[in-house]
Amino acid sequence: MTTYPIAPDALTKPHLEPIRFGFGRGLLAAGELDERVVALCADLTESTRMHLFRDRFPERFVGVGVAEQNLVTVAAGMAHAGMIPFTSSYAAFSPGRNWEQIKTTAALNDQPVVVVGSHAGVNVGYDGATHQMLEDIAIMRVLPNMRVIVPGDSLEAERATRALAADPAPSYLRLARDKTPIFSTPDSPFEIGRAYLLADGRDVSLIATGTMTYHALVAADALSRKGISAEVVHVPTIKPLDSATILSSLRRTGRAVTIEEAQVAGGLGGAICELTAAEHPVPVLRLGMRDRYGESGGSTELLEKFRLTGTQIAEDVDRLIQG
Amino acid sequence: MIDTIGAASGEALPPQRVYGRTDDESSLREIARVIRQDIIRMLACAPSGHTAGPLGMAELLTALYFNAMRHDPANPDWPERDVFFLSNGHTAPVLYAALARSGYFPVAELATLRRLGSRLQGHPERKTLPGIESTSGPLGSGLSQAAGYAHVLRNIKRVRGRFVYTVMGDGEINEGNVWEAAMFAGKYRLGNLIAFIDRNYIQIDGATEDVMPLTHLRAKWESFDWHVIEIDGNSVRAVVEAIQLGKAVSHAPTMIIANTVPGKGVPFIEYDHRWHGTIPSSTQAEEALRILNGGLDA
Ligand SMILES: Cc1ncc(C[n+]2csc(CCOP(=O)(O)OP(=O)(O)O)c2C)c(N)n1
Ligand SMILES: [Mg+2]
Repeated sequence: MTTYPIAPDALTKPHLEPIRFGFGRGLLAAGELDERVVALCADLTESTRMHLFRDRFPERFVGVGVAEQNLVTVAAGMAHAGMIPFTSSYAAFSPGRNWEQIKTTAALNDQPVVVVGSHAGVNVGYDGATHQMLEDIAIMRVLPNMRVIVPGDSLEAERATRALAADPAPSYLRLARDKTPIFSTPDSPFEIGRAYLLADGRDVSLIATGTMTYHALVAADALSRKGISAEVVHVPTIKPLDSATILSSLRRTGRAVTIEEAQVAGGLGGAICELTAAEHPVPVLRLGMRDRYGESGGSTELLEKFRLTGTQIAEDVDRLIQG
Repeated sequence: MIDTIGAASGEALPPQRVYGRTDDESSLREIARVIRQDIIRMLACAPSGHTAGPLGMAELLTALYFNAMRHDPANPDWPERDVFFLSNGHTAPVLYAALARSGYFPVAELATLRRLGSRLQGHPERKTLPGIESTSGPLGSGLSQAAGYAHVLRNIKRVRGRFVYTVMGDGEINEGNVWEAAMFAGKYRLGNLIAFIDRNYIQIDGATEDVMPLTHLRAKWESFDWHVIEIDGNSVRAVVEAIQLGKAVSHAPTMIIANTVPGKGVPFIEYDHRWHGTIPSSTQAEEALRILNGGLDA
């Protein structure tokens, strides 16, 4: 049974806020608690919301210019010197450009560098394909020692940021640009490595991460009106994956639908297929980006184009279940 | 859309005129002015985009597309063409305007900038629009690609008389990739490579010298064995002359440090880094078009 507190009116009139805003607040709070927390940015300080930290702790902020390889390697050096560095840029550039540096100097060294990739997914919108990072979940979750966190709303991003600062280890934190609905509450739990059951069901498990969890809730609601009982599993930590929670849901429902604003290959969809193939084979439908790049457009237009809205997800799940 | 702005300021559709190559300085200045108006019009129709950089680069692209480069809008893949890589892809509006005014695609299409389904993507995409040599947007990779192309022409195929050009932003050259390319081009003496830095002293977080100082910029490039020319990048004559000087040097790549004014031509946009990624409102666009039209209604 689910006990996860969901915001009242989340489905009817949700409060909207960009997920990255929660990161900005969380980093500021972490900075107040622990003076080892430092922040580094590559010329996108306001977009990534690091300006809150910069303005409060100017001496603990480092602007490296447009230089993502230097960004994470300087951070690795600072981590070795005893600090807890949070680095930020757009996900397309960090970890998009500096993956090997992250691998060797942060992950392999086991230095507690937090790579914060903002503006991930197609909700970036008009900037187009070059700026819509879709491969980050795949490239980060294959790194040993690396944790991969994809918060579902701004409140959860705030909790996740504080949790990462309190438990220093190499980590990737994926954020989104656009305003998105807040479904959690200030009392909702967040623990690194935990997945959460947001709705109980019998027929199918909707396993979602990041911005897509809200759409999964909408889809489950739509499906219930068609007599289909969908369970919603929110996976804010892609690595380490909470196999126990996910497998127990799949034992109840026998069917998985994964939903993410990322390439399904290697993404959450890939992770769930690896898990089910090894532990409990069930049919898996992977919703997300299917081996193509994004493009310019409004964020809602793009979600519709790629069939990633709650209503469209419900249609696809319905089709799956009707066979 | 474009017509609305024209109509609002009492003008019909902007002229769809296309321009060819010219040596005449006043014609080139006129083309740069038209390109600035196109930039304003297209950004006013767009949902988002970059304003300061593109306005400041109008003379660079004018000198390239309407004077220096050998190219054929009817045949974008012409094997004898000179090649241009826009490295600072966020300045796409100035490239799109130059391509449209050269005849690569209809001027009216500028009104579709950044919209779903448009060929004018937020950042230029090679496989989408004729005349784009390479996709850009992520900063720092234009110089390497230009150097790779130039190396093939000069040192492998030994072709003479074809040139490779690129434009980078000054913030962009914070990227390590740029300096890796600088060493490469110096090593291989790429005399057929002519690169520009749009030296406008702004980037996203503020003034370039605050974010990451580019001190001794000329000496930096000279120490990598480049031929360096420093000019007023908003003088189309200076740009044309610098390119000619660059072409005459066959044993070293040329770096033209083009001092430009971000937002050039529109006083309320000039010199302000907050216009890096802000677009004009329709009132601001009308005002800008009037200013660019010498104070008359555009
Ligand atoms: C690799 C990479 N990192 C970060 C960005 C985000 N970004 C876009 S433009 C820009 C500033 C570039 O400054 P400059 O080249 O001087 O351009 P200007 O502001 O003068 O137009 C940044 C950081 C990017 N596009 N690519
Ligand atoms: Mg600049």
